[in-house]
Amino acid sequence: MELVKDIITGIFFFIGSMSIIIGACGLIKLPDVFSRIHAAGMIDTGGTAFFLLGMIVQSGWSLITVKLVLIGIFIFFTSPVTSHITANLAREKKITPVGKKIGKVL
Amino acid sequence: MYLAALIACGISGILILVRIILGKTTFDRILAINSLGTIIVLGIALHGFYSGRPEFLDIAIVYALINFIGTIAVLKLFSTGSLGDIQK
Repeated sequence: MELVKDIITGIFFFIGSMSIIIGACGLIKLPDVFSRIHAAGMIDTGGTAFFLLGMIVQSGWSLITVKLVLIGIFIFFTSPVTSHITANLAREKKITPVGKKIGKVL
Repeated sequence: MYLAALIACGISGILILVRIILGKTTFDRILAINSLGTIIVLGIALHGFYSGRPEFLDIAIVYALINFIGTIAVLKLFSTGSLGDIQK
């Protein structure tokens, strides 16, 4: 039973690690604020969800699971709020995306 | 297993620090700092499991709350020029 738990946790951690590393590479590689938001969203959803699922599988039914679910729910709700406010403020401050003509309103 | 996940968190943290240093505009830096905070939350939780003391999850919850409030505060300061003081 322990071996099955460890294997499932390992798979979840592998997917989560790939997700956050790809997100960080995208945060460096992409050319613009509006496209970097996608990479940040990948870190916030994929990485957090899979890491917390792996730790939930490992801890079983206890108070630790409740705390992990609390962290997951909180990040799940606050990440879109932050991304939306950042994009809205960048549009308000007249930052143009790459490929658009300067001065053209989004 | 936990050690490998912690190393992955460290690598992506270093990559995000590069973006924080190189970022052209303020919004790039704010976005990268928010992502770095999320990765630090995951790192605190993983370190608690790695060292066999899952009580570190309380610190992770508090770090997530402060990360969100700090990001919103910096964005509001950058947007309006004040933090909600009484205008004279």
